[in-house]
Order: sequence, then C-alpha cells, then structure tokens
Amino acid sequence: MTLEWKKVSKRFGDKQAVDELSLEVPEGELLVLIGPSGCGKTTSLKMINRLVDPQTGSVLVGGRDVSHVPAVELRRHIGYVIQHVGLFPHMRVSENVGAVPKLLGWSKEKIEQRVHELLELVGLPPQDYAQSWPAHLSGGEAQRVGVARALAADPPVLLMDEPFGAVDPLTREILQREFLRIQSTLGKTVVFVTHDLDEAIRLGDRIAVMNEGRLVAAAPPAELLLNADPFIRDFTGEDRALRRLARLSVGQALGDATPMKSASRRDASVGAIRTDATLKEALSQMLEAGETSLEAFSPAGRSMGTLTLEDLLERAAGEVAS
Amino acid sequence: MKTPWSYRQFLGSALGMLFMLILLIPSILSPVLSVPFPEAQDPVFPRKMLAVLALEHLWLSLAAAGLATIIGIGVGIAATRPAGRTFLPLVRDASALAQTVPPAAVLALAIPFVGFGFQPVLLALVLYSVLPVLDNTLAGLENLPSAVLEAAQGMGMTRFQVLLQIELPLALPVISAGIRTSVVINVGTATIGALAGAGGLGSPIVAGLIRDNPAWVFQGAAASALMALFLNGILGRLEKSWASHSKVEKT
Ligand SMILES: Nc1ncnc2c1ncn2[C@@H]1O[C@H](COP(=O)(O)OP(=O)(O)OP(=O)(O)O)[C@@H](O)[C@H]1O
Ligand SMILES: [Mg+2]
Repeated sequence: MTLEWKKVSKRFGDKQAVDELSLEVPEGELLVLIGPSGCGKTTSLKMINRLVDPQTGSVLVGGRDVSHVPAVELRRHIGYVIQHVGLFPHMRVSENVGAVPKLLGWSKEKIEQRVHELLELVGLPPQDYAQSWPAHLSGGEAQRVGVARALAADPPVLLMDEPFGAVDPLTREILQREFLRIQSTLGKTVVFVTHDLDEAIRLGDRIAVMNEGRLVAAAPPAELLLNADPFIRDFTGEDRALRRLARLSVGQALGDATPMKSASRRDASVGAIRTDATLKEALSQMLEAGETSLEAFSPAGRSMGTLTLEDLLERAAGEVAS
Repeated sequence: MKTPWSYRQFLGSALGMLFMLILLIPSILSPVLSVPFPEAQDPVFPRKMLAVLALEHLWLSLAAAGLATIIGIGVGIAATRPAGRTFLPLVRDASALAQTVPPAAVLALAIPFVGFGFQPVLLALVLYSVLPVLDNTLAGLENLPSAVLEAAQGMGMTRFQVLLQIELPLALPVISAGIRTSVVINVGTATIGALAGAGGLGSPIVAGLIRDNPAWVFQGAAASALMALFLNGILGRLEKSWASHSKVEKT
C-alpha cells in the first residue's frame, strides 16, 4: 500500500513542526525518516495514523485521504511501534500481541494461532514467552513483542518510531538484522523513524532527511552519502565514505562474477572474506593484515574472485554507482 | 509472600475474633467491663444489643463508602477526559474543601433540610469521605505511562476501550487504596450518626457521655475501632491478591 504526504504542514503554537512536507512512499518500500531532534519526524509519522491531524495539506494511505477515514478504523490497519514500546503491563505477552486481532473481532482460536506464529517470527519461542508478563522481559525481548504486536493483524503499512532506540548497540544490531529478515519476507510499506544514521543506512531502501520541519533530501543510502548539500554533508559526518562502504557487500562490489576456482585450491597467502561481508569489514581486514587484496568466498565456500584495495577506494569515493 | 498466613496475621485475627465475641455477647461483656469500670452499675449499654448497633453502623458506613466510591470514581474519570479537563482544578479544590468541613457541621446544616435520621448522616459521611477515592482516582488515571496510552490509541482502541481495558485496570491498585481509606474513615466517622438519630455504634458513646458512663463510651469506641481494623485488613488482602495477579510493576 502506498503512502503520501501532500504539502502537509503542522504548527504547534509558534512552533512549525512540519513545513510543507511532500513525499511519496511506494508499496513495499522501507523509508527511513531521519533528522535532528525536534525536526518533525514523529509528527510526520503520526499524521499517517491520525494521532496528529495536519492543518494544511493531506495525507494519503493507499491513495485515500486519511481525513475521510474514521481514525479508529484506520489505525487498526496500520501497525505502530513506538520507542518505549508501550506494552500493556497488566496483560500477558500473548494478550499484548493479540490486542489488535481482538479489536477486529477475530475468533479465540484464530488469535491464539496468530500469536503463536508471530512470536515464532520475532524469535521468541511461544512456549517460553506467551504467558510472560511484560515486566519480566528484557529490553530487546520487549521490543520484539512490540514488533509482533504491530504485525498482528497483518497490516499493509507499518509505522516505527525509534523502535530499537532503547536497547544496547549489540541488541540493536541483532534486532535490525532480524527486522530486515522479517521485512524481506513480508514486504510491508514501512516508515521507520530513527536518530541513528548507521541504522538508517543499514535498513533503509530510501532515507528521507528532515530539518526544521522540512524535507531536505530523500534518496537511497548510497546516493544520499554522495549528496553535496551542506546540511546533508554535515549530517552524514566525516566518515560518510566508511558508511558508504558499510552499505555495500563484497559480493556487490565484485558484481556477478562467476566462480573461478574451487575453494580447495585457494591461495593460502591471501586473506579470505565472505561475499556477504560488508566492504567496511573488508577494508578493516585489509588494514589489519596489511594486505591490499582479499579472496572472496561465497557462503557455500566457492571462490568468487579477488577484492582489491582499488575496488574499495573506487566504491568509497562513489565512482561506481551501486 | 509464600505462606498465606503468617504467625502475626494468625495471632491478630485470633485476638480480633476474641474481642468481637466478648463485645457481641452481653453476658460475657458485662463481667469483663466491670473490671476496668467497677463503679458503673449498668456496664453494658441496655437500649440495644451491641450486635444490632454494629450492623446498623456497618450498613451506614458501607452505604456511605459505596456512594463515595461511585461519585469519586465517576467524577475522577470525567475530570480526566479531554472534555472535562478544564474542570480538573475546580474538582480538586471542591473535594479538598469538602474534607475540611467537619461532618458534625454538615450534619447540623443538613438536618433542617432533610430532617433527622439516616439521610443527613449519609450525606455528611459521603461528603467527608469522597476525597480519598477522588484523589486516588485522579492520581491513578493521571500517572499512567504515556507510551502505554499512545500504543492503545495508536492500535485503534476507542476512547471507551482505552478507559475500560487499559486506564482503569492499571489505576485499580491506587483507586482501591482510596476506597479502603474511605471505608475506614466512614467507620470511624459514622459514630456521629447517633447525634441525628441514625443509630450505630455512636449511640452508646453519646449516651455514655451524657450519663457519665465511661463503660458505654468504651464499648462503642472499641467496637467501631475493631470494625475499622477488620475492614481495612480484608480490603488490604483483596488489593494484594489483585496486584499479584496482574503483576503490574511500576517503571
Ligand atoms: N503535542 C505537541 N504540542 C506542542 N508541541 C509539539 C507537540 N508535538 C510536537 N511538538 C513540537 O514539534 C516539534 C517537532 O516534534 P517531533 O516530535 O515531530 O520531533 P522529532 O523529530 O520526532 O524529534 P525527536 O527526534 O526528538 O523525537 C518539536 O519542537 C516539538 O516540541
Ligand atoms: Mg520523535
């Protein structure tokens, strides 16, 4: 389902929270909204499920102006995950996850089956977690339950407001990876708000950068990191070249090269790297070993060619379009 | 809380039962009272059995606490809805004021309008005991985690569903503590019922003061104190069992 902000503005008192925002999200895209604190990310997100109504402009979900859809009806078909998760403390995990299906009047058996399915999907074995109380979950587990709850009624659209904000970096990376896996099978239209540029680069099909209520740029990560706009340059920081490398895999850099030799015959004097590693990891490995080339292997163990430092330099400078 | 009955609780209950038996059976009460009050010729209040007075007293206090609960929770909910929020400061002031007016004064003012008996006493008690319920309802509903409320609203619950399924259950421990306070206040204050002819455990107290018979004052006061302790204990246990059921932990 597509989403669109059409010249949307929202003012709180003197504060112009969102200023003439126009942006389209095609079906199945994971759009990341990023920008400094207070730039209007949350406000823009909440306009989609009508937790905030814009003063001017319109918001379209699936081509329909949301102001013509009853808010309660609309929200039951849009998944929503917030930073502090907001699990219902007086309900068990299973009741939390089954909350929207219950609002939609599903049968008990259907809800139970769905809850089971979702807990499996987010990596929480139902037999261990379904009967738990939210107060007894770790931060990471609570976030997973939050995602499961948002996915419960299989909504075509998912809104996520800093969903992994409150966990440690390691857990966050695990959650991000799992979310990418889930998203690759479900293909929802997702708007994902974050503060964290690395998270945006890792997850986004496209990144929209906001500043003071306005959209500054919206582009795929690799392209955004090449953007010459001073605000974007500043925002993406000194290490934008490294970030570009982090976004590309060894396999992508080598293209669709056909396997050349079998793993058993690999040259022991050259370091090895898997094709699903990032170029940033490859660079780090070269620096550490003092080498200028690495031999790439597919996860199945087939040699995929040699990655050289020149390849990395080209990619980091953005000379090769990804 | 592994053992449901601790030694202390058992002792407390057993002592309570013993006191209750002594108070309720006149033939036992009479010799017991003549020990601390040897000069009283008629130690047991003769007009009505203490058991009957206790029932009157219980009915009066529970009726008042029930009404205070309904009013307190109702007003508390109304004042925390978007439409009623403007009245929130007013409600707080009004209920605080109600508690500063002594029930005896309310009684004196109400009697000319509603006459003697049960009703003016009920009015005075309700006015006096609505504050703890209202206060706790406001506190309970105002201090809910905003992320929880936003999640509930954001998933498509109607306002009424949010109130019934999220807000009230989460505020219940705080509200029920307010109800318990209201009950205890009522049991203590309902002794003024005797002044307006509503009976209750205040009767022996008032009569004892007039006739200079401390034994009567003592049995009325002891019985109402015992009743307050009992109700407080029962309601406290109920609250605990709810809290441990819902496993709500403050964050
Ligand atoms: N309900 C509200 N009432 C008044 N001001 C608000 C309200 N909601 C947001 N604002 C203001 O609007 C601006 C944008 O807020 P918003 O929450 O959209 O920012 P954000 O980009 O999500 O920030 P953060 O990254 O800190 O979450 C801020 O200045 C904020 O103070
Ligand atoms: Mg925000």
